[in-house]
Amino acid sequence: MPRIPLTWLADHVALPDGLTAEQLAADLVRVGLEEEAIHPAAVTGPLVIGEVVERTAEPQKNGKTINWCRVDVGAHNEAGEDGALHPRGIVCGAHNFDVGDRVVVALPGAVLPGPFPIAARKTYGHVSDGMICSARELGLGDDHDGIIVISRLGLDAEPGTDARALLGLGEDVLEINVTPDRGYCFSMRGVAREYSHATGATFTDRGLAASVQPVGEGEGVAVEIEDAAPIDGVAGADRFVAQVVRGVTAAAPSPTWMQQRLTQAGMRPISLAVDVTNYVMLDLGQPLHAYDLSQVAAPVVVRRAEPGERLTTLDGVTRTLVSEDLLITDSPDGRRAGRVLGLAGVMGGAASEVTAETTDLLIEAAHFDPITIARTARRHKLPSEASRRFERGVDPQLPRVAVARVVELLVEHGGGVADATLTDVDRTGVPPVIALPVDLPARLVGVPYTEDEVRATLAAIGCVVDDGGEPGTVRARVPSWRPDLTVPVDLVEEVARLRGYDAIPSIVPTAPVGRGLTRGQRARRAVATALAEAGLVETLSYPFVGPGQLDVLGVPAGDARRRAVRLVNPLSDEQPEMRTTLLVTLLETAGRNIGRGISDVSLFELGLVTLPDDDVLAAPALPGGARPADDVLDRIARAVPAQPRHVAGVLAGAREPSGWWGPGRRADHTDAIEAACLVADVVGTPVALRPETDHMPWHPGRTARLELAGDGTLVGYAGELHPAVVSALGLPARAAAFEVDLDVLLAAAPTEPLQAREVSTFPVAKEDIALVVDAAVPAGDVLAAVRAGAAASPAGDILEDVRLFDVYTGAQVGAGRRSLAFSLRLRAPDRTLTAEEAAGVRESVVAEAGRRFGAVLRA
Amino acid sequence: MSTSDAPPTSPLDADAVDRAVELALDAFAAASDLDELKSARLAHAGDRSALSLANREIGRLAPADKATAGKLLGRARAQVNATLAQRQAELEAERDARVLVDEAVDVTVRSERRPRGARHPLESLQERIADMFVAMGWEIAEGPELEAEWFNFDALNFGVDHPARQMQDTFFVDSGAPGVDSHLVLRTHTSPVQARTLLERELPVYIACPGKVFRTDELDATHTPVFHQVEGLAVDKGLTMAHLKGTLDHFARAIFGPEARTRLRPSFFPFTEPSAEMDLWFPQKKGGAGWIEWGGCGMVNPNVLRACGVDPEVYSGFAFGMGIERTLMLRHGIADMHDMVEGDARFSLQLGTEI
Repeated sequence: MPRIPLTWLADHVALPDGLTAEQLAADLVRVGLEEEAIHPAAVTGPLVIGEVVERTAEPQKNGKTINWCRVDVGAHNEAGEDGALHPRGIVCGAHNFDVGDRVVVALPGAVLPGPFPIAARKTYGHVSDGMICSARELGLGDDHDGIIVISRLGLDAEPGTDARALLGLGEDVLEINVTPDRGYCFSMRGVAREYSHATGATFTDRGLAASVQPVGEGEGVAVEIEDAAPIDGVAGADRFVAQVVRGVTAAAPSPTWMQQRLTQAGMRPISLAVDVTNYVMLDLGQPLHAYDLSQVAAPVVVRRAEPGERLTTLDGVTRTLVSEDLLITDSPDGRRAGRVLGLAGVMGGAASEVTAETTDLLIEAAHFDPITIARTARRHKLPSEASRRFERGVDPQLPRVAVARVVELLVEHGGGVADATLTDVDRTGVPPVIALPVDLPARLVGVPYTEDEVRATLAAIGCVVDDGGEPGTVRARVPSWRPDLTVPVDLVEEVARLRGYDAIPSIVPTAPVGRGLTRGQRARRAVATALAEAGLVETLSYPFVGPGQLDVLGVPAGDARRRAVRLVNPLSDEQPEMRTTLLVTLLETAGRNIGRGISDVSLFELGLVTLPDDDVLAAPALPGGARPADDVLDRIARAVPAQPRHVAGVLAGAREPSGWWGPGRRADHTDAIEAACLVADVVGTPVALRPETDHMPWHPGRTARLELAGDGTLVGYAGELHPAVVSALGLPARAAAFEVDLDVLLAAAPTEPLQAREVSTFPVAKEDIALVVDAAVPAGDVLAAVRAGAAASPAGDILEDVRLFDVYTGAQVGAGRRSLAFSLRLRAPDRTLTAEEAAGVRESVVAEAGRRFGAVLRA
Repeated sequence: MSTSDAPPTSPLDADAVDRAVELALDAFAAASDLDELKSARLAHAGDRSALSLANREIGRLAPADKATAGKLLGRARAQVNATLAQRQAELEAERDARVLVDEAVDVTVRSERRPRGARHPLESLQERIADMFVAMGWEIAEGPELEAEWFNFDALNFGVDHPARQMQDTFFVDSGAPGVDSHLVLRTHTSPVQARTLLERELPVYIACPGKVFRTDELDATHTPVFHQVEGLAVDKGLTMAHLKGTLDHFARAIFGPEARTRLRPSFFPFTEPSAEMDLWFPQKKGGAGWIEWGGCGMVNPNVLRACGVDPEVYSGFAFGMGIERTLMLRHGIADMHDMVEGDARFSLQLGTEI
């Protein structure tokens, strides 16, 4: 994101004395330019101008010759024993200076870029009390051949003067974050305008086309724009300005001040030709390209690529192009558009690059279609300074100004001569006129802006505001640098922004009466709260999983849980899928807790799983801005895979800890089944428990399958985990888990209010009945028979409660048999039960259990 | 028949009866516990006590004396029994008090017999936020986490080539067939619920949507690829940015206390125009009190309204969204994202049950 040196910004807008980067950030944020960072000054501490008063060359044993110097640094000279100030002694390895030269001295305490702290140190038999600096040591470029003599930079200052200010090295630089709609703020010109909006400071627009001296046209390098494959009907290029400068020392270094500004802005100085184009781009916002004219054969043609065409870009990578890529080409050997010079607006090619031998330059400034540039930059993974600007929108009226500025700088610093004519292919249209209802800003923002305020604000951002048109409407022709302004609400934002968001009052709107949380939302909360109250801790995990994790859980090939949605760009190649079960990631969470020394874990997680129905997932691609037809919305809905909400839990280690209060209890399958049933109870949906003998990762003999009591629909599983899984995951022995589909439970939950039964106050009658059945008969089925038998007794439905209170196997009941003892609580709503009625229940229960399972009353 | 344990006392001998009473009362008073009192009772009020034996003799007296003796002994035995009962009550009270003292246990350490559970703080905070909006009459809306690109981007005015769409670091869904684009993504924000809500519900609409969102960021102290947002959307006639500001101020005060302040500053989002970042004044900010970014907001872009079949000439609306993790971090002084996402039970337990 752009970095804004204050001294550079001041070329475009009047800055107050003493403005700091912090204050600049505070001013700019009010108009929407956010601070990204403040980069501290490159050099801190004492860096001063010194005059060399003595220089003694001293050959050294290692073959080098060093200079032992005395340097007058004015007020920074060292105090001698006599109380007078004496020039400092400094050892210097460079030789490009002499007595009387003024140089840049870093005194002890200074910190140079690196960071490289300066201290007095003993070297070559002297104490060197500072350092005489080269350009590179100060971060002012790559010149390390010798130290800086300031007169050679065209500068002068008395010894002792602060060199940081003189060289601009002491400046903090603000980096701002530019939102995608503000392409013009990728330049000093744009930021200066915004600063002027924020503070009222006087802004001078150096990017106006009218400010350029007219140049003869028509005899420059021939340029042709064609476009066989415009994207959405928009031509790839609508402006191309080219001018030739001859006799330039293109490879020479650029002036120090320019190198310094480029460095501050975060770019590396390279050579005059490259630096000047970069400098003007940062200054005005126009991406530019300099070609070696000798490597370009007219006409230059802008065209789309042929599929399969290849180009080696400046970064040395050879790229295969596609027909959407927009190219700059030339015409060697009479082959019109036969050679590719570069990817338009993205990156130039290596062949026409400016080299050390280049003397004649062709300067290009063009305007390209943002979408074309964005796609090419993305396709070739080539985000460049140019593409970043073009895809956000560049002022189409800027190329002429920018070329003129580049030419001016090249002539001034490179000794070149510009051709008298230039080429300007201009197919740009007139920016749109937006008809803004003059009260729209007030209606949308809630601030009563007057018509004058609206007009003045639009004029300030560069709109040409015109009085014609309907009453109550302001017609504004937007400025060329604001392609983001296309509809009236865009202008509303400009009014609100420039008048200040601080002016917006705070009013709480009155919503119509609401219906509160939905049934599903209440159910989810109730389930989570109930599980937390039952002692389980809610955790969250990422939904990303891999097949290897299902392997660990023993989930077999072909299992429905292996049918998962895959991501194109997962964070980890090990986990490219979306989970189909919560337990996979919840068990990892449990393992992490155990790994951290928490040996007893009771965890639960509520979340979505993704269950694709189709082999191929494809939703329709549609534009925005218009409501799709119902059938299209249906197609979208069908393409989005089902994502039911599950709740899963794991209970491992002690369910109740032991302690001074007595023994504890290890979590087992009953805890998992209890928790799963608790979820069903909270939702209010009756479920039945069936034995599940083959569903990894659960134990084949200790797992219940939960089904809707009504129609047997699968709800989930609960029980002990398979010992192999427990061992593979390093869980405590007998760890248990559950996972249920909350959506299934909720769909079956009663929607009407439950109807209450009167609470009978007649006396209770208790019956204990022990039934002996084949050991394989599930207790749950016998319990159901007990209920059915009781309901069928002559006394009617008088079973208030029944509980399995004892299970016995042993000699008394015989091998392969077991005794299930039930405690029944009987009560009638309207009378005291007689002994005969109670006995009738007992007979009926025994008869029903006998009929269903051959049960007999235990003797 | 039993033999007399006490010396024979004449039922007519008032002095002897008085002595027997006195002996009884002294014995009761001397009893220091219930066992001693029991012995004293047997000796002085039992069947073979002097008074009982004398009482038995009444039957043998001349009829004229029976009344006198009956009165004498009746009074005496009543006095003895009353005193006995009183003493019995005293000693029982002493014993009961002593038992309670003896039963005392150390109650200064809780048993931890029943381990505590907890909600996850991110979930609790989302419910707190939802409750606040419900109290304002808003409703809580939801949508899928794996979402159609149209809802996540196009309906929200993110053009296919818009830089903002590239900035979202999106997880894309594999279609399962080579060369086929699924046009499905993991939603990068809760904003698609805006579009779903406007398509599904009657106007006006006032909804909040807390939920999970996804970006391709690696987990570090301040980023997580899976995080939570709450989206707000109001579409009605006559809504302005002032209503947006009012809602955000109310929200901020509900979450951060009555002193909370917000400010809006211009920004850009494709689905709002005008757009704003919302900053929260944060006294605990590192390096001194200051504004910190809390969320993005703005007036719903007319293109979004049109994509959802709403006429922007008639209706206006505002929308806002902020990160739940960030809100939780600010509210509870959490410095690092890891604790919130790793599922460590200790994290949930420390914040899980705030009322």
